[in-house]
Amino acid sequence: MDSRPLTVSSTTVRRPSSTVGFVRAVGAVAWKDLTAEYRSRELFSSMLVFSLLVILIFNFALELDIKTRQSVTSGVLWVTFAFAGTLGLNRSMAVEKDRGCLDGLLLAPVDRAAIYFGKVISNLAFMLIVEIVILPVYSFLYSVNLFNPGLLMVILLGSIGYIAVGTLLASMAVQTRTRDVLLPILLFPVAIPVLIAAVKASGGYLNGDEFSMILPWINLLIVYDIIFVAIAFMVFDYVVEE
Amino acid sequence: MIEVKKLVKRFGMKTVLRGVDFDVQPGEFVALLGPNGAGKTTFLRILASLSRPSLGEIRVAGYRLPSEAAAVRARLGVVSHLPLLYGDLTAEENLRFFARMYGITNYELRITEVLEMVGLSARRHDLVRTFSRGMQQRLAIGRAVLHDPDVMLFDEPYTGLDQDASSMLDDVLRSVAAQGRTVVMTSHDLVRAEDLATRFDILSRGVIAASVTRKGLSRSNLLSFYKQALAN
Repeated sequence: MDSRPLTVSSTTVRRPSSTVGFVRAVGAVAWKDLTAEYRSRELFSSMLVFSLLVILIFNFALELDIKTRQSVTSGVLWVTFAFAGTLGLNRSMAVEKDRGCLDGLLLAPVDRAAIYFGKVISNLAFMLIVEIVILPVYSFLYSVNLFNPGLLMVILLGSIGYIAVGTLLASMAVQTRTRDVLLPILLFPVAIPVLIAAVKASGGYLNGDEFSMILPWINLLIVYDIIFVAIAFMVFDYVVEE
Repeated sequence: MIEVKKLVKRFGMKTVLRGVDFDVQPGEFVALLGPNGAGKTTFLRILASLSRPSLGEIRVAGYRLPSEAAAVRARLGVVSHLPLLYGDLTAEENLRFFARMYGITNYELRITEVLEMVGLSARRHDLVRTFSRGMQQRLAIGRAVLHDPDVMLFDEPYTGLDQDASSMLDDVLRSVAAQGRTVVMTSHDLVRAEDLATRFDILSRGVIAASVTRKGLSRSNLLSFYKQALAN
């Protein structure tokens, strides 16, 4: 075995807490999650299969005429996204806990909020990819056109809010023995405002409502997203420390 | 290099550490020994800034914990019985990820150096989940020394290793310590600890019950010292 000295010049190690260091750490965490998932596809496949099963079950369970289909679409879509998102959040944090990787992340000399934002980016990417696959399948099965720019914006805003709060709560739940069941119990009550606003705004776009009627729900989604991202930024360090 | 005064750690009603005083000089290799439940892992997690102390003063490399935790973490390398590595990334990708987290520039050269040091150059493109336990532990040490830390903390690094892997880990540990780093290692393997460390501290019932240097141990062996410390 080579026993050469392990000296690195002091210029190669930058001091922590710089903005560049923060952004680099966010990018590193997101890159790590996306690379690992590209290789294993464990998280994506479970989310996708689960989502497809849910919309198939609803399709067979509800004998729907075209008008009724339009009225239930937003609810069915968001139930699907919320459940699939919970699966993804649980798995994403379980990977960090299984081999002690969360400790490895927490040992890095960076603001720990960078770890949170990195996980949010990767979790959001997984959820959006599943949504991109689900939307055309849903359109085909239910004969409903979902390719409305307003609806897509609502799906993006709702997903950001759900993942922002979900990543924070998953970081708390993963420290417990009952992490698999604890996350939905913690997450769904806290995520109710974002889910209601997303369902209402989506329904508004699908029913062709006036924008002024949809706007309050979109505002609620934006405010929810901002508040929960800010809260997570402030408390994540305390959530992950013993 | 490490100064700990009157350290107390409570989990709810349970007090795990009851006023630990602990000092380590630069370049010392301290083996922290003690029975299960003595608080060794808790103590190391506090030094690593993974756990917050309930009371007491801690300085590592001149920085206070927990107020200057990020500065401490930049000078600290930690190896535990878990690999702290991602199974779905290759050895090289794992080190690249941690190099970016530690803000190391020009990290490709450094990664090559570290992989050579832990004897995994030939497996650099293999997924970590295909590695044996011993190889994972060597890569874990590579991850811990990647940013050239001043202080190394090892928490039961031999757990789950066979004899060959343990001997190989001995070599890696010696090479890590030989470069003047300060090392604190918890272990139940007294023979290995006696072989590697320059000082032996016994943690029992939440306090350092006894301490002896390698020179001071010359008249007896570590096992008898350990038994005597626990008996008192």
